[in-house]
Amino acid sequence: MRLSRDEIAHVALLSRLKLTEEEMAQFTGQLNAILDHFAALTEADTGDIDATTHVVPMTNVMRADVQRPSFAPDDALANAPERAGDQFKVPRVVE
Amino acid sequence: MVDYEPVIGFEIHAELATASKVFCGCGTEPGAPPNTHTCPVCLGLPGALPVLNVAALEYALKVVLACHCDVPSPAIFERKNYYYPDLPKNYQISQKRAPFGVNGWFEFEVNGAMKRVRILDIHLEEDAGKLVHPQERGAAGVSLVDYNRAGVPLLEIVSGPDIHSVEEAEAYMIAMRRLLRYLGVSEARMELGQIRFEANISVRPVGSATLGTRVEIKNLNSYRTVIRGIEYEVARQTALHRNGERVAQETRLFDDARGITLAMRDKEEAHDYRYFPDPDLVPMRFTPEYLERLRAGLPELPAARRARFISAYGLPAYDAALLTDEKAIADFVDAAVALSAPPKSVSNWTMGELLRLLNERGLSPDALPITPAHLAALITLVESGAINQNQAKQVFAEMFETGKEPALIVKEQGFAQISDAGALEAIVNEVVAANPDPAARYAAGEDKPLGFLVGQVMKRSGGKANAPVVNAMLREKLRGG
Ligand SMILES: [Zn+2]
Repeated sequence: MRLSRDEIAHVALLSRLKLTEEEMAQFTGQLNAILDHFAALTEADTGDIDATTHVVPMTNVMRADVQRPSFAPDDALANAPERAGDQFKVPRVVE
Repeated sequence: MVDYEPVIGFEIHAELATASKVFCGCGTEPGAPPNTHTCPVCLGLPGALPVLNVAALEYALKVVLACHCDVPSPAIFERKNYYYPDLPKNYQISQKRAPFGVNGWFEFEVNGAMKRVRILDIHLEEDAGKLVHPQERGAAGVSLVDYNRAGVPLLEIVSGPDIHSVEEAEAYMIAMRRLLRYLGVSEARMELGQIRFEANISVRPVGSATLGTRVEIKNLNSYRTVIRGIEYEVARQTALHRNGERVAQETRLFDDARGITLAMRDKEEAHDYRYFPDPDLVPMRFTPEYLERLRAGLPELPAARRARFISAYGLPAYDAALLTDEKAIADFVDAAVALSAPPKSVSNWTMGELLRLLNERGLSPDALPITPAHLAALITLVESGAINQNQAKQVFAEMFETGKEPALIVKEQGFAQISDAGALEAIVNEVVAANPDPAARYAAGEDKPLGFLVGQVMKRSGGKANAPVVNAMLREKLRGG
């Protein structure tokens, strides 16, 4: 599988990353190298193995429906780039 | 001219009524001050690990089983990736390839006939935060985010495109909301956004089996807006077809003020969600015994209950439907009947007074001001002749206001009915003497004046006279029995 420059541009858009043409070329090469590396896995015979979604041999991990203390608003907002009162202030995405 | 019919499918989102969020211990109460229900998990801080809330799982499975769905094993959680400020992790934990329920069906009544709709998929996910876009000066380009709602368990119920009229659409929404409330898994209060509707709509020539290009409508926050949105969209698409134009596959927002739908300005790339299994949440497997236990524990569902109210209580279909609309009311009726009150009386009082007063006060049936025991006691007072029907209505109103026992109200208000002929005789004699003409006409065989004479006795007795006793006395006195 080879990623094209356009696919890299698409992924960048989905990730809200603004890339220059140089970066685009650089990452296209790097991501393709990574994919090539993983392509080795396609050589394994997986004909009689079900699709694996998880590698940990565990199921049904749950917690009781019990409330636990939440952050104080100041702690919740400690990493906010900007705040307005106790709300996160962010650039508007839609009109 | 070719006639077109709508083809409608629904996506219903319902917030589950758990005490804590779906993957963390934060509270879920609506209306809390902004950002007071957040923690490392629901804010998506690095290193935080989500753990599934067992109540959210059971609530989801109850709906899955009530909708006759298959349960994939294992069921898994996946990440739905998109960037929007209401989503702190930049992905929503949801289910795609193996949700809790698939291939089910749901039946409900439309104009007296049963309608069956396929339920394609029921999955559990987390709700997003709440964005507000302040309109005041200087706030252009700014949004404010409250993450209290982020991580509240959200159940999405996806129906097949099996609905073909606004009547069916409305009946489906009402019946599904009722099911969720019966199961006790969601309060589904529309005004709080606890239940939200999205409709997929296309039109096709009547009789055709193909599906047209479908349009998804969002921003439908009441039954009425859903109906208006569907009506507008069906008319719009029908006109496009008739003009030989194409219907674009898109998402449209319903503009409530203008009553129209508008295409959302979003890029196609935004729908590339790149689902993949969430490595933080392990697969879920359920034994048949576990699922059977859950199924056996489901409460009597609305349709069965309505049928029982008709067959066991002898109630008319209309009354049975009204009394079983809300589970709390149906529970109230069952409990009052269990206290030996006659079903017909319980039904009359519940429909005539209880529902009317709840409605007048805008009160929720979930917090009834009176108990079934109150009503059963009141009915006993009427049946024993201790109070008459009019007094009983006043007692009911007082009981509704204060929660006092009916016997106490009767005593406090001096409502006791006068049934003793000796005590009534003087009044009856006075009334006959004061109204010689009606009395003579009744004595001569005319029935009509009787009502007037009884009314006069009631008036002079301060409303306390036992009407049937007064009737008998007047007949005895004026007609000799
Ligand atoms: Zn939390």
